[in-house]
Amino acid sequence: MTEMSTNAFKDNVSKALADDKLQFAMTETGPRFIAKRTKAREALPEFDRLRDQARDIKDHVLDHLDIYLETYEAKVKETGGHVHWAETPDDARAAVLEICRKANAKMVTKGKSMISEEIDLNKHLEENGITPVETDLGEYIIQLRNERPSHIIAPAVHLTRDQVEADFRRVHTHLDPKRDLTEIPALVEEARGVLRQKYLAADVGITGANFLVAETGTSIIVTNEGNGDLTQTLPRVHIVLASIEKLVPTLEDATTILRVLARSATGQDFSNYTTFSTGGRREGDPDGPIEYHVILLDNGRTNVLGTEFQDMLRCIRCGACLNHCPVYNAVGGHAYGWVYPGPIGSVVTPALVGIENARHLPNASTFCGRCEEVCPMRIPIPKMLRHWREKEFERHLQPASMRWGLGVWAWVAKRPKLYRRATAIAARVLANQAHGKGRLKKVPLAAGWTEIRDFPAPQGKTFHQLWKERRR
Amino acid sequence: MPETSPRVGLFVTCLVDMFRPSVGFAGVKLLEDAGCTVEVPEAQTCCGQPAYNSGDREDARALALNVIAAFRGYDYLVAPSGSCAGMIVKHYPEFFEPGSTEHDEALDLARRTHEITSFLTRVLKVETVKAQFPACATYHDSCSGLRELGIRNEPRKLLSSVEGVSLREMTDAEVCCGFGGTFCVKYPGISDKMLEKKIRHIEATGADTLIAGDLGCLMNMAGKLKRMGSAIKVRHVAEVLAGDYETPPIAEAK
Amino acid sequence: MNAREAILGRVRARIPRGPEGSRREAVERRIAGRPRNLIPERGQGGIEHRIRVFTEMMLAVGGTVEIVDDVNEVPHAVSVYLRDGNLPAQVRRGADPVLAKLPWHRGGTLEVTEGPAADADRASITRAFAGIAESGTIVQISGADNPTTLNFLPEAHIVVLESAALFASYEEAWTKLRALMGEGNMPRTVNMISGPSRTADIEQTIVRPAHGPKNMHVIIVR
Repeated sequence: MTEMSTNAFKDNVSKALADDKLQFAMTETGPRFIAKRTKAREALPEFDRLRDQARDIKDHVLDHLDIYLETYEAKVKETGGHVHWAETPDDARAAVLEICRKANAKMVTKGKSMISEEIDLNKHLEENGITPVETDLGEYIIQLRNERPSHIIAPAVHLTRDQVEADFRRVHTHLDPKRDLTEIPALVEEARGVLRQKYLAADVGITGANFLVAETGTSIIVTNEGNGDLTQTLPRVHIVLASIEKLVPTLEDATTILRVLARSATGQDFSNYTTFSTGGRREGDPDGPIEYHVILLDNGRTNVLGTEFQDMLRCIRCGACLNHCPVYNAVGGHAYGWVYPGPIGSVVTPALVGIENARHLPNASTFCGRCEEVCPMRIPIPKMLRHWREKEFERHLQPASMRWGLGVWAWVAKRPKLYRRATAIAARVLANQAHGKGRLKKVPLAAGWTEIRDFPAPQGKTFHQLWKERRR
Repeated sequence: MPETSPRVGLFVTCLVDMFRPSVGFAGVKLLEDAGCTVEVPEAQTCCGQPAYNSGDREDARALALNVIAAFRGYDYLVAPSGSCAGMIVKHYPEFFEPGSTEHDEALDLARRTHEITSFLTRVLKVETVKAQFPACATYHDSCSGLRELGIRNEPRKLLSSVEGVSLREMTDAEVCCGFGGTFCVKYPGISDKMLEKKIRHIEATGADTLIAGDLGCLMNMAGKLKRMGSAIKVRHVAEVLAGDYETPPIAEAK
Repeated sequence: MNAREAILGRVRARIPRGPEGSRREAVERRIAGRPRNLIPERGQGGIEHRIRVFTEMMLAVGGTVEIVDDVNEVPHAVSVYLRDGNLPAQVRRGADPVLAKLPWHRGGTLEVTEGPAADADRASITRAFAGIAESGTIVQISGADNPTTLNFLPEAHIVVLESAALFASYEEAWTKLRALMGEGNMPRTVNMISGPSRTADIEQTIVRPAHGPKNMHVIIVR
């Protein structure tokens, strides 16, 4: 796994913009996702009202989170499951390792889990002699490449088919060099064959959780491939990695949010597989895991409760904000430098790793507002990005030049008479420099502008000057 | 036309004031033609967005107070910008404690504040403008106007009434052009990528004129088009609605 | 302090504090009352409407549907389906009494075995606990009657869906489940399945199957 590089955002961006393969892969990503969501939304007249209800459900949960957690825990225990509380990634990793060791596990299969990425679980398992195998196709591919996911629901969306073929040929040593893998179905079939044997051989299966239901002590996963189900059904032990904000009160509430999840994510009405798991194998069950464990991770989330950032905890990780974000679509997910990319990532990451370690992320937004417009949970993402900028301002984390420049500007702007004079001078000087061409190729202190575009010159006098003249 | 002439305070916007007064005068013409009495409060400077979006809440709040004071007593505040109007409508009230006098005043100003095309169509019920402007044009929806104020049909409706204007929709008209205030100078690479996509869609329409309602976005797109050597002319919607084709397009020679 | 207490303590310290009793009561009320939220119109209507919507949705996600008038026609339908799909005349089923009692001899040479699925099984048949018209979704519950592996390991998954179990929306399936299991109880696994396994992880191109069944065939018994 690559190291966190959130503060190297600018370098990451330069690399991403110069990466032709990435740019090629990204060209179609946003538009396709957007078209699918739009179609799904139009086919369900109740969609926006469901979003309101989904938001209200999560708000209610967050306001009663302690009680929902206790209720959920009691219910899991009642059904024979085990609950492990983890304050930090260390706690969570240790809990997973202990369960694996008790099960004498050599290999674990894994369904898609962002929490697993967040706690960097694979590395820890490998260091302790346990082989983790990602089974979601996208996750499997990036595991082969030792990369992070570049998208919350489409981890390998930054890659092209020929890159995947090269990875398979490198790792799947059984592959006949003559076998044609140029088409995508052939690649999928190859992965299916390899992973099928892993499911059957694994000792422990680890999945994430899209929701935890307090009413019944149930964890829910949503997949299309069926990998999560094979992962959790075939091994003896099933471990669920979940963060504490995944709680919903009832099956009805989970259902409501599920109705907006797939539509927002992939534009499907419902994902192919929505699986509700409650405890381990029951008497008479001929299959299924013997043991069922849930790891409840905090990792900074409780610090967000009760603050101006609380709404981020409503996020259901659908990825709609990524798909609709022009910045994400320009640079891809890896530029963000950690686990959660895109607009919601720029809100969540500073909360989990500290704003001082993610200074660029809240700034790399034009506040265009598309993320908030499409968020199924109606999270006011731009507002939260702005709150992070306020924290950066308070803590003097922004570049000195910008701070100084804005400070001078604001000082002048608060003094209308001075402002009138200053703008009149600036307008005249810039207009003169343009020599009647209407634009400038270079402007002092505006290299960021003129590096890529001309600077439109002022017309000459300010509006206020001309208005005064006209009234005279 | 309303029976009594509404008293409108024109919020010029800092960019129009300094870079393109012709947009302000076009706005004045449109408002006067629609029967308004237009004044320009002397004490206005900037709505405060650059400070607000940079995390400097204190300066933003001070600038908000300045605007609130400057526009006291007007029936309406009208701005040739969805972005500045959005700031006043959506964000000024957030600066003040609910229940305070300032908060009440901010809410009151928010209720009186409008972007110019939506003011003309929604408030004054203007259906058409009397203007001529020869242009095969495409319209870019600036983000704040579109998503904060829901302005989409208003400019198109008015533009379609201008004699000589034919409108062609571009793909992704609602996607950001990459301006974003200080964003475009802090992250020029990303901004450039966004601009490239935007300009591809603009060019694909075959339009000879690009129109939008916010000078920031317009300067960004015009700057890029001119750097690329494009002949596409860039105009603020108010100029087109006012029939001002004599003023050179943005970033072009006199 | 252990992690549990630390986490719960932070939560309590940070969220808006009403009187403890009323907060707890609000949670208990919600769970006991489990109010239904907005339910889309789409699936609502008589059985013919539900069959039509279910079929439309299932076809749209790559599944297939056939309708029979009598459950005793299922063995023949299965045998034809397997033959047409060039699959061996073998099918795996659980102990479900309805499936067990079917006149399997009407399937001709069809070989029916009982138990959970293994990797080598090519086709399975399960009896759906419910069907959901709204999204063309099958609901399966775990247990000896319809073991979970039957839903995932074989390449062809055949599902018998009785029209009495074909509901407009998920909410009705929850009501039926509570009637079976008792309030607040769930089987080990509830699988909601909408069509055969798929992936779009490479270049966003939809490919079927990914890891689960390649085909999902629903036989609706009217």
